[in-house]
Amino acid sequence: MSTMTQTQSAVEPSKSTGGATVRKTGLLAKAPIIARRELFSYFVSPMAYVAMTLFLLACGFAFWQDFKPGQPALMRHLFDWMLWFLCFVVPMLCMGSISQEWASGTMEMMMTAPVTDSDVVVGKFMGAISFVCVLLAPTLVYVIMMASFSTSHVDLGPIFSGYLGMILAGSLFVAVSLFCSSLTRSQMVAAVSAFAILAVITIIPWLVGAWATLPDFWRVVINQGVYARYADFSKGVIDLGHVTFFVLMTAAFLFFTVKVLESRRWK
Amino acid sequence: MISVSQLTKAYGHVTAVDHISFDVARGQIVGFLGPNGAGKSTTLKMLTCYLPPTSGTATVNGFDIFHQSHEVRENLGYLPENTPLYTEMKVNEYLDFRGRLRGMDRATRNKRIDYVVERCWLGNVRDRVIGRLSKGYRQRVGLADSLLHNPAVLILDEPTVGLDPTQIRETRKLIRDLGGDHTVLLSTHILPEVEAVCDRAVVIASGKLVAQGTPEELRTSRRMSARVLIECRGPVKDIENALSRVSGVSKVETLMPHASADKAFTTFALRPREGQDVREEAASTVTRNGWPLREIRLEHATLEEFFVQVTAQQAQAKGQTE
Repeated sequence: MSTMTQTQSAVEPSKSTGGATVRKTGLLAKAPIIARRELFSYFVSPMAYVAMTLFLLACGFAFWQDFKPGQPALMRHLFDWMLWFLCFVVPMLCMGSISQEWASGTMEMMMTAPVTDSDVVVGKFMGAISFVCVLLAPTLVYVIMMASFSTSHVDLGPIFSGYLGMILAGSLFVAVSLFCSSLTRSQMVAAVSAFAILAVITIIPWLVGAWATLPDFWRVVINQGVYARYADFSKGVIDLGHVTFFVLMTAAFLFFTVKVLESRRWK
Repeated sequence: MISVSQLTKAYGHVTAVDHISFDVARGQIVGFLGPNGAGKSTTLKMLTCYLPPTSGTATVNGFDIFHQSHEVRENLGYLPENTPLYTEMKVNEYLDFRGRLRGMDRATRNKRIDYVVERCWLGNVRDRVIGRLSKGYRQRVGLADSLLHNPAVLILDEPTVGLDPTQIRETRKLIRDLGGDHTVLLSTHILPEVEAVCDRAVVIASGKLVAQGTPEELRTSRRMSARVLIECRGPVKDIENALSRVSGVSKVETLMPHASADKAFTTFALRPREGQDVREEAASTVTRNGWPLREIRLEHATLEEFFVQVTAQQAQAKGQTE
């Protein structure tokens, strides 16, 4: 350990700049910095690797079940499966994102630096969605496999739109999970409540729609669910209405999350 | 530099901080003293813009904590209680991240990180993961972080808790060195720390401000006078009576009164009236009665006694109003 005499000779004269080193910054300028740290923290978190392994194993199993000789060269069924898997995996990934910071007190460090609540939430969202992209990237192998083994022509259009739909749905899932994470100090509570919300907007409408004959009104309600909208993407249809739905819902949940962070000031 | 006026924080019916006002001048090191649960941390959280006050205002470096929160935070270094850090990061990475958050460019960041690492004795752990560091090192990482942007004002919440004696001395020396360049407000419930480090102390208890001044002023305040300790052997009651008749003595206390009756030496504490030296007469009273005298000594009031007294008064006052 260095001693005081060493440090005194080595240090520069300290002058109080009173913030002279600080540059003027615009809206959400700090968010990418937070996103970078967030993405990094996923790469050193065991939970993220567990989630990733489970997701890729499940996808691999679905691919293996689906692609048999004589079947059409489509990714649609695989995309359906991947959406279900994301419903489980995203809450697992994001459960600690904010709740952990409340519990350990690092939120206090964050909020007493010159950053806004929106910087924090958007930064965390960007970090998490980047990791979801990392999670999805290995599944591109299936596209390559399909293209090289298929005797017929592979239509890349629906595959592209399918991935777009998955990223849009993934964004919504991340936003919902962040919102749940911001409400509690417990990671477990965050994960379970996020999964409950995702089940209500994704899995339940699909189950009901698939196995019940419904009156028109309820049919309309079911079609507002995430799955019904996502299904169009995996068919190759990019509907501007669906894109708007996902973007607005994501923005709404991020807005709620910012409000939860702000709410500590109302108490 | 820091100016607090009528600052109040209420959680429902509980008033954690009750109309506190004090000032900290530029370059001063001020100790913020109080027992646990007195409202120290809450006050510091308000000053660092983490919690808004229920009423009252404060300015830090001339900026209002409520309306100019961003400017306040840019000019402030804060070390929260228990030093929360991202434990999965390396020391270097963490400080770099904090520098980016503060909007420092790469060159400034590298220069400042080198400087704070040197200053907080972190040189040999720069590439270690924070989660694997000892409590003392983590504390220093937190301190390094709070110094990173060379803030005009430093607010430290119990900076020496959990450190070993050597580290405590080094940290105190560091804080001492920082005074002058930086305005420092540090909370503590360790009294020697205030005497060792601070130019002034602000004492709060049960959310109310009870005293402020230099450590010297607090010790010699009117409430607290010195006392004379006499250790002698004899019948306790008789000695007590004799000593209380000594002129200038306002009160006699028997310390350890139940120590094996008359055979053992007993210590008596004499409270002299303002400005009177009772030692000579007390000593001659004891010897005149033939009681063996072992020790007589004048004891100056300690900050600790002052602290115990004011906080006890505060607790009593609170009990009466409720």
